[in-house]
Amino acid sequence: MSATGGRWRWAPIAPATVLMLLFLGGPIGYCVWIAFTDTQLTGAAGADFVGFENFRRAFADDAFRNAVWLTLVFTVVSAVLGQNTLGLLLAGLMRGASRPVRSVTGSLVIAAWVLPEIVAAFLLYAFFRREGTLNALLEWLGLPAQNWLFTLPILAVSLANVWRGTAFSMLIYSAALAEIPRDVVEAAEVDGARGARRLWYVTLPMIRRSIGTNLMLNTLSTLSVFGLIWAMTRGGPGSRSQTLPVYMYDQALVKSLIGYGTAVALLLLVVGALFSVVYLRLMRVEL
Amino acid sequence: MPVRTIPPLRLALTLVLAATAGTLTACGDGSGSDPDTVKVVYNRSTDNTIRFKDEHLAEVKRQFEKANPGKKVELVPVQAPDNDYATKAQQMMRSASTAPDLIYEDTFRINSDIKAGYLRPLDEYLTGWKEWDRFLPSARNAARAEDGKTYGVPDGTDTRGLWYNKALFARAGLPADWRPRSWDEVLDAARAVKRKVPGVIPFNMYTGKAPGEAAVMQGFEMLLYGTGADPLYDPGERKWVTGGQGFTDALEFVRTVFREKLGPDVSDALDPNVNTRVATEWLPEGKLAIALDGSWMGQNWVNKGPREWPGWGEELGRAAMPTQHGQSPGTVSLSGGWAWSVPARASNPELAFAFVKALQTPANATRWCVVAAQIAVREDVAADRAYLTSMPGVDFFTSLVRYTHYRPALPVYPQVSSAIGEAMEQVTTGDATAERAARAYDEQLGTITDGAVVSGRG
Repeated sequence: MSATGGRWRWAPIAPATVLMLLFLGGPIGYCVWIAFTDTQLTGAAGADFVGFENFRRAFADDAFRNAVWLTLVFTVVSAVLGQNTLGLLLAGLMRGASRPVRSVTGSLVIAAWVLPEIVAAFLLYAFFRREGTLNALLEWLGLPAQNWLFTLPILAVSLANVWRGTAFSMLIYSAALAEIPRDVVEAAEVDGARGARRLWYVTLPMIRRSIGTNLMLNTLSTLSVFGLIWAMTRGGPGSRSQTLPVYMYDQALVKSLIGYGTAVALLLLVVGALFSVVYLRLMRVEL
Repeated sequence: MPVRTIPPLRLALTLVLAATAGTLTACGDGSGSDPDTVKVVYNRSTDNTIRFKDEHLAEVKRQFEKANPGKKVELVPVQAPDNDYATKAQQMMRSASTAPDLIYEDTFRINSDIKAGYLRPLDEYLTGWKEWDRFLPSARNAARAEDGKTYGVPDGTDTRGLWYNKALFARAGLPADWRPRSWDEVLDAARAVKRKVPGVIPFNMYTGKAPGEAAVMQGFEMLLYGTGADPLYDPGERKWVTGGQGFTDALEFVRTVFREKLGPDVSDALDPNVNTRVATEWLPEGKLAIALDGSWMGQNWVNKGPREWPGWGEELGRAAMPTQHGQSPGTVSLSGGWAWSVPARASNPELAFAFVKALQTPANATRWCVVAAQIAVREDVAADRAYLTSMPGVDFFTSLVRYTHYRPALPVYPQVSSAIGEAMEQVTTGDATAERAARAYDEQLGTITDGAVVSGRG
């Protein structure tokens, strides 16, 4: 590129930009439009512009509020507390472990992560159901059986999501911990910082940005978990595990209310954006 | 690495990328339209051992291609539960590039799809087709829309009643020729089983959202239509009924079954796979005494079925479902059925109808009713010896056609059905009383129908 060619500097990325706008921007724009109409999959021929009616309806709908609440519970329990903390713990423990222990643990955790979502979901359904593996184990240990898929389904799917998604956090934190310079750790030890204090005052601040990035990616992927919940509970019993994506599917494709379902999808996007902004502010995440 | 603030564009891009995961997009498979190929979409059972429909269609395809050289039939099975199959079918019909030429549809969804403009009237083809006169009037009306045109050719129907296990009944001190005359007698029989035969499920009815229409029709409406005339939709007023006593009573029945533990464990009842378990596990293994279920159940146990059970004809009794207090006519049943329809955007409608004719030659129509355990919708098939002796109980379930009700064939019915499923689920889990669930249903009904409701005081 010559210095005078500044006007044409964007040319090489123009085709990619056009394709992105066409195939990514187009459908998203179309979805935004649909959210302001009363489009139906069946039962009505035309669709009219209805303004903010779908959004007004969502906020007045108990089922929607329930879905928002469950989405927050699911995200906080499984992504923020579960995957994130467990991932950090595993990464920390594995640093001090011998090589064989490291590779066995690592492969087990990663195996859960690379399984297709639907396979993982059926495995966990078989584990949690009333005649499932978990109850067989509990019975063998002489402990009372549980029926979480029925009594606390949101906890069951949260645990399932932790089981499935921890590997990602573990990998991020393994890399981050490996980056901490030895001399900093040694200096801290000389100053008498041990255990929890060293973690709190030295390690965590050093990997702060990784924590932020990890939280953000975990949260965004957890917010859109659908297959896992659908296969395990269908959002039931009643609507006790009906998170926003499941509610959206139910409204758009079971009840045929495409317009309303799409409006809910946009609101889900807003929830994701709010989480992201919080992380960006708190953790100064690098993008 | 220095700490930087995030460029807003990158932030926006990240959010957009995150968003694409949550947007609703549908994609088709751009089939292209070959004028000599008829593309047929149908639902394949999610049970991999059930393939009678696939085999029957393959047989008719063979006949059709032999009789019409140069023409081809492309069978497109969609393996999914009924609700998901319907969604997929509707998405296919939305665009000319993915619309099939012929589609198999549950008649209760047909009006909704007609209103959406997905289907094509068939009157021009039906007028010149002599077989059409052999269909029973009720069947000819099954796919007739509010505009008076016909949009589908039904190929069978079904009825519903009570199946009961004679051996368990004997242990519970109940008669081998059980004929309950009211809801209370059904519940009393279940209570007797619970008392005297511990460890078995006394009574099963489908409930809640997971079984979909099976719960609403086989479970709830079998009760509701036994409480009085037009309990769901008032054809005189052309409005849906709210606040009906029958609706609350039917919910109360459901609640009683699960509160007194006369049914399966609630978590099993609400499990999406419950109907497979009833057919292949609970009934054949003698773990269930009474099942409120369909005429087609035998199909699960015959040769090459998912669960062979040679003795089912003898070991199970069949009884009609009684009305609430035994009021006239004393018996209640509901009927549905599926029909072959031509999408509005089909590229070869004539060829599609030619295939319908091939499906409905008297021999093929009879064969279908036999292999699919369907109740005949044609006079000639209904009188056919091969059909009447095809399976134990066919004559009994055919006799229920006299008492049977059809669901209100209206565009919003699928949404109403979904609301009923939610009300059932609330009383099944004990989250709500019958009155409260009925009130929540009334509110939903108002939303669905834009307030076109009439108060039911009956």
